[in-house]
Amino acid sequence: MENSFKPANADQLHDIIGWAAAEETSLDVIGSGTKQGLGRPSQSECLLDLSDLTGITSYEPEELVLQAAAGTPVADIERAVAERDQQLAFEPADYGPLFGAAADSGSIGGVFACNLSGPRRIMAGAARDHLLGAKAVSGRGERFKSGGQVVKNVTGYDLCKLLAGSYGTLAAIHDVTMKVMPAPEKVRTVLVLGLDDAAAVGLLGEAAASGFDLSGLAHLPREISGYSSVSYVAEADASVTALRLEGPAPSVEHRCEEVKKWVAARAPVEELHRHNSIALWREVRDITAFAADPWSSHSIWRLSVPPASGADVVRKIAETLTARWLFDWAGGLVWLACDTAPADDVAPIRAAVAGVGGHATLVRATADARAAVPVFQPQSPALADLSRRVKENFDPEGILNPGRMYSEV
Amino acid sequence: MLKMPELDQAVLGRRSELAAGLRRIIDPEAVIADNDALKAYETDGLTAYKQTPMIVALPSTTAEVAEILKLCSAGGVKVVPRGAGTSLSGGALPLGDGVLLGLAKFNRILDIDYANRCAVVQPGVTNLAITQAVEAQGFYYAPDPSSQIACTIGGNVAENSGGIHCLKYGVTTNNILGLEMVLVNGDVIRLGGRHLDSEGYDLMGVMTGSEGLLGVITEVTVRLLKRPETARALLIGFPSNERAGDCVAKVIAGGIIPAGMEMMDRYAIHAAEEFCHPGYPLDAEALLIVELDGPAVEVDHLVERVRTIADDAGAESVRISESEAERMAFWAGRKAAFPAVGRISPDYYCMDGTIPRGKLPIVLARMAELSTKYGLRLANVFHAGDGNLHPLILYDANQPGELERAEDFGADILRLCVEVGGVLTGEHGVGVEKRDLMGIMFNEDDLNHQQRLKCAFDPDGYLNPGKVFPTLHRCAELGRMHIHDGQVPFPDIPRF
Repeated sequence: MENSFKPANADQLHDIIGWAAAEETSLDVIGSGTKQGLGRPSQSECLLDLSDLTGITSYEPEELVLQAAAGTPVADIERAVAERDQQLAFEPADYGPLFGAAADSGSIGGVFACNLSGPRRIMAGAARDHLLGAKAVSGRGERFKSGGQVVKNVTGYDLCKLLAGSYGTLAAIHDVTMKVMPAPEKVRTVLVLGLDDAAAVGLLGEAAASGFDLSGLAHLPREISGYSSVSYVAEADASVTALRLEGPAPSVEHRCEEVKKWVAARAPVEELHRHNSIALWREVRDITAFAADPWSSHSIWRLSVPPASGADVVRKIAETLTARWLFDWAGGLVWLACDTAPADDVAPIRAAVAGVGGHATLVRATADARAAVPVFQPQSPALADLSRRVKENFDPEGILNPGRMYSEV
Repeated sequence: MLKMPELDQAVLGRRSELAAGLRRIIDPEAVIADNDALKAYETDGLTAYKQTPMIVALPSTTAEVAEILKLCSAGGVKVVPRGAGTSLSGGALPLGDGVLLGLAKFNRILDIDYANRCAVVQPGVTNLAITQAVEAQGFYYAPDPSSQIACTIGGNVAENSGGIHCLKYGVTTNNILGLEMVLVNGDVIRLGGRHLDSEGYDLMGVMTGSEGLLGVITEVTVRLLKRPETARALLIGFPSNERAGDCVAKVIAGGIIPAGMEMMDRYAIHAAEEFCHPGYPLDAEALLIVELDGPAVEVDHLVERVRTIADDAGAESVRISESEAERMAFWAGRKAAFPAVGRISPDYYCMDGTIPRGKLPIVLARMAELSTKYGLRLANVFHAGDGNLHPLILYDANQPGELERAEDFGADILRLCVEVGGVLTGEHGVGVEKRDLMGIMFNEDDLNHQQRLKCAFDPDGYLNPGKVFPTLHRCAELGRMHIHDGQVPFPDIPRF
């Protein structure tokens, strides 16, 4: 790239984007750059690095609100809230290691720009649900803010939702206000061993519709469970279906016993306490299995489908492709690792998803493959038109991460 | 009073031609152009404002909505979408030269999908009807605005409605999975579905709370939740607002997120007690209702913890519900607070700001000063858990000048909310009511970026004009960029 810019404050960011808009110079907007491999490959002339915009500017635990500069490492924020027994309830996923970056090096702006949520998504909502306010500079070179510093707000359009998941294509976010929630006092995980995919997804669906208040519902087929760092999982020598319980101690202990009784008739059961639970759910959140051998060079797809159809979708795909997979979100989130070329994978994967509704994203592949295969789910013509008009209104010269999501956006 | 856009006489002159055109698209009976019949649509929940619409159209299908929007936009005719018309901010206030597009005929539940824990419904289905349809299976739809008997899910999406349980369960935007909508150009667009997180730009997120300015919602897929095993409430009386506020902060800081946490001031306590005799402590200056729900073991545990926190915060009285009937009785007064206040005053004006919870004592004290200044009484009920205030200003519309005084008082309250770090509206929407106050919270660039979103959806501004924005710029005007002459004005920025 010709030039790289690393603004030290929002005024400098404003100047750079204003200049780039006037010069029609495209910018690759990054936080700490851990997810640059996610999305279509960069076509930009310059790099705009926001990693110097750091620091928690306000944190009021009793208001459940934290404000930080967008380049602040997620790890710093998680440490600060943990000191007050709070957490980011959407469980920000760290995809860095999938792309070869160090763990815990992503920025909070990157998490919101990509709308990355972990296993607790099913109960607590997504990253986008926790973004209360944002300050940004649009592709027009103009500063604007949206939302506020309080948890309940309907004043004006919810542009925070628009920015969350827009992959930096509309505006460069430099400041975010997020909702924080109390961290659970106790965590346990019930493991159910040896279920096949269909039985596991069926069980997860029943669990999600139960009164057990489960905050994580995942299934690791036997080919995946063996790679866990948690010995109870790795040494099970069987598929592992995991059900997470969180909350006040008496409640978790009681529900844990109830869940075990409920599933014991179907399959052997194990129980993980705090340390192992945290380790396992982190592996599920970051799909660490696919970051390492033997899958480190596979292409990786992420599918969001109606939860009850997760196992069927995978079965259909496996009829034509050689793939390994795991399920999160009670079956609604499927991670696939394929050792074939994405150009060959795309048709059967998108066909299987089209049958039930949802979307498939090519999360990891070579730059050539990501240029050739639509990384994000193709949109209907009317929706694609509308998306393009949104882009044109916020970034008329197409200078912010052009082509990152769709060739025209 | 607010100024609405000037009537377009050319459009008014084509009224009968337009009615005929609409009658070719939908059942002729579903086009209302008779002046007496139109009267029924002249206002919504913000009854201080009235405007008879030019025509009312009541389509039954998405295709009809698309045809109507195409006809109207081609003819330069404004369109105001309307659900049940319960908006408290005037979101469905008609335009004298516009078509009021009523979605009342979209009243069917299309599918209940328990396996995926969602329901597909038409926008005219009421909020409560969704819960009623699934409660036999132990499910419910979480957002519960106080108008839930009457308000429609389409209106809930347009306003991003909340309710008393939203601290724990979220507002509308957190509880919907999919939308079908029609743009003003007639394009039918589907967003999301039965899966989580729509891909591409989160247009479902921006549609939610867009107050009918971006598109017309024709189908909604909502998340269904399992009804918690049990719920219990505490009724806690405090000798001062400060102590009640302190208790709220300590509950949250203690790691407890109650299903509901409501606060009432002395005036509201007395009004409610006189109205329906829920047994509220009349010597209390502030009353808290804290509801906990979930597995029984958890609820019992948390009830005891909240009781201890309340005692430490200086509560004068604590009652804990021991039965479902007792819990409902605790809520009866709070839920009847608006009609209770309505009984002791000819009119009342309900406000809806949100503040950081910690500012509650200051804001209450300043509101009391304003009450004296304007010579109007005030009753306060709040969603204390999320800092959403509902001050009720008591006035008499038959006294000359009182409505204007009440509106000025309300505007001062909202300015105060923003001044202490809060926002103009927590759940009622901007509508016409708070339109001219938007500048308190947003500068011109902020508002222009919101309008650029509008330009992507409705470039000619035919959908619900006169709402939300103090001035609606022409999109072509907004499109101009400020060019910096191409110099590099930032030699000091580090490069690498």
